This record gives sequence, structure tokens and C-alpha cells, in this order.
Amino acid sequence: MIAIVDYDIGNLAAVSNMLRRIGFDSVITADPETIAAADKLILPGNGHFDTCMRNIRATGLVPLIERRVFEEGTPLLGICVGAQMLGTSSEEGSEPGLGWFDMKVRRFPKREGLRVPHMGWNQVTRPQPGHPLVRGLGEDARFYFVHSYYLDPAASVTTLLGCEYGLPFAAAVGKGNIAGVQFHPEKSHRFGKQFLLNFAEGAL
Amino acid sequence: MYRPRVIPCLLLRGHGLVKTRKFKDAVYVGDPVNAVRIFSEKEADELVILDIDASKEGREPHYELIEEIAGECLMPIGYGGGITSLAQVKRLIRSGVEKVVVNSTAALGSMQVIGDAAAAFGSQAVVGAIDVRRTMLKGYRIMAKSATVETSLKLEEHCRALVAAGAGEIFLNDVDADGTMAGFDLKLIRRIADSVDVPVVACGGAGTVDHLSQAIREGGASAVAAGSMFVFHGKHRAVLINYNPDELSGI
Repeated sequence: MIAIVDYDIGNLAAVSNMLRRIGFDSVITADPETIAAADKLILPGNGHFDTCMRNIRATGLVPLIERRVFEEGTPLLGICVGAQMLGTSSEEGSEPGLGWFDMKVRRFPKREGLRVPHMGWNQVTRPQPGHPLVRGLGEDARFYFVHSYYLDPAASVTTLLGCEYGLPFAAAVGKGNIAGVQFHPEKSHRFGKQFLLNFAEGAL
Repeated sequence: MYRPRVIPCLLLRGHGLVKTRKFKDAVYVGDPVNAVRIFSEKEADELVILDIDASKEGREPHYELIEEIAGECLMPIGYGGGITSLAQVKRLIRSGVEKVVVNSTAALGSMQVIGDAAAAFGSQAVVGAIDVRRTMLKGYRIMAKSATVETSLKLEEHCRALVAAGAGEIFLNDVDADGTMAGFDLKLIRRIADSVDVPVVACGGAGTVDHLSQAIREGGASAVAAGSMFVFHGKHRAVLINYNPDELSGI
């Protein structure tokens, strides 16, 4: 069973809806026992970085999730701001991130003809075509993005999928059993289905 | 490569789907859940669904229907119609929509809703909508109450106010072009696009892929929305849900 961590940040039904379509049970939960027993964890995130960080800390779940991920090796996928939270900080706010990845989150620079947020469908590159999380994604793979800030990982974090909007940035990052995606796989048609299937089937 | 979004814009009347011309003469086009399922199967970029009677009737959105619709959507969906409070926005987001579309002239205090919703869910979840008409003497006018009442709001100024309040996107509805399939008013789109730095979605007048392309390239829209083009087929406007991502990817 996959636990989608609920910390009051909006639409989580879409994630469980997509998982159900690919044949995986999930539960949207803030219950420590359920999270302690889950096979996999999904950390969603929407809205402001600081709000997300404050909300997740306020649940008191962070030490439990860290135990699951670091001591028990439970696979975890961060989505959108949930991926940004894996890093150390974001230019959007002043709250520190979870700091699990050596990664910063930066604002897209102001540039002529480049509207921020980056909102819509964009094709991705596959710098790690052999990685199990990107299995089955062809050259036509595209995902739905909505973000004003982008992932800027250090060399210790692997960029699993790349993307470009004014500048190249990491669309999916990973390290060990932890991964994060800037896009919304739950809203990305068959490409999102494939990505979530890779995660759910045990690629990490 | 980044692709501009092409968004079917669907209108709800009661529990059915309709299509209007110039915001009038609504024609029944089918069951919304079924239509959305087809758009999802055809891999539409995004959907917007507007309840055209909710404000007029002063009632709540049809949450259960919206939840059913959102459950069929493997792409983002925005809902608009009858939104006047943060409590409603919360319920809509919980029902599974990513975005709420708020027509800022629909009710007093709607600027407040935009701000509250953006603070709670982020500005990417809030779309500020305007309905615009051309008048003989006064040029473009922003309309209220399903385009039946003319306001004195200034076009650019109002769009900037929407963004300042928290809207992450502007949805421009061209009332005169609605349902005509005769092309977009590119000058109007350009004026809005130049006045704000958030994405502008142009809606009203699309009949061909070329029209969509013009709205992006010449009008400066970030995304385009269309109704008739995706629900009608042929000159007799036979109902046929259609959407071809390959054909639309080149715009």
C-alpha cells in the first residue's frame, strides 16, 4: 500500500486516482501508524514552499518519515513542491527544506518572452535512460508542469529527467530510494501513468 | 520542447453540457462526464469547465458532478462558476480540480476570494476570468453577470488588479466571438497579454488550428481555449467530441 502524506495542501485525490487506474491501492493519510506500515510514500506539495514546509513540520511526521526512508529504505517520491522540499532551501521563501538532497530551488530568471510560471506540457530528456524510474518513457515523453521555481541539484543527486524552459533544469531527481519530480505525473496522461507505474512497481 | 496549451472549454447548464453563441442560444451537446472521459482519452492538454448558471442562480457549484468529472481527468482541470468564498474553493479543490476560475465581476468581494484562494493553494490554482465585449462608442468593455451588464472597469488596469490580488493566470473570454468559430480578436488578446506577465488564456472565436496558432503567435496568448471547435463537426455543427494532439502540437 502506498501512503500519500496528507498535510493540508490541496488536491491529493488526483494522485490516488491515477494510482488506482494503474492498479495500486493508496491512502491519503496523516496517520503515523499507516505511514509506518506503508510500502511506499508519496510526498505531494502545492503552493508556497514555506507554507508546505511549515505544514509538514506541524504534523510532527517528519522524524517518522525520515526513519522510514533512511533507516528502513522505504521508497519515497516527492511531487512538485514535494520534490523541492527534498532540497536545502528555496528562493521562494526562508524556511529550510528537509535537506535530504544537496539541492537548491531557484526562481526562473525574468526574461523577455518567458512567462513565469512555467505552466503546461513540456518534453523531457532522459540523461539516465537505463534508470528503472524512467523505464518505458520514449523520446516523445512529456509532462505537465506548473512552477515558478526549479530544482538545481548538486552532483551528488542524479538528474533522472531533464527539461528546458529558458534554461535547462532537472525535471526528475533521485538518490537511492528517494526521488522527486517537478512535474505532475498524476496529471500527465499515459506518460504520468508510466512514471507512477515504475515507482509503484518497485523501481527504487 | 514547450508546447502552448490547447484547452477545451466546456459549459455546464444544469447537469448537461451546452455550447453557446455570444453567450446565448445554448445548444445541448451531451453528458459532461462522458465528454470529459473522451477528452482525457484523446490526451487533451487541460480542461476548463464553466457552470454558466451558478452565479445567475446564486447557488453552489455541483460538487458531486465536479468530483465525478475530475475523476475522469488525467490532465489538469479548472472549474468556474458561482465561486464567492474560500470555503467553496476548498471544497472544489477537494473535489479534484487543480484550478478555480473566478470571474472577478461576478460578485462583490470576488477579489477577496482570489486573494484568499491564492494564499491557501498558491496562485497557480487561481485563474482570474474576464468577459469582454466590443461597443460602438466606448471600445472594449468588461462585462458582468454572464455578459448582460456592462462595467466601467478598465481593461488593462483590471487585469493587473487580478494578478495583484493573486491570480496566476488570466482567462480572457471574448463574448462577441464566442461560438462564431470565425477567429480570435488578436488585438484584444495582445492588449491583455502585454498588460500582465502571467499566462493569458484566450477563449472565443477558435474555428481552426490556424486560429489557435494566431492567438499564440500574433496575439501573445500563452494558451488557447475553444468550445465549438472541439464539440462540433462540419458546417451543420453536428455534435462530435474531437481533439487531435498531433495536429495541435505544431501551433
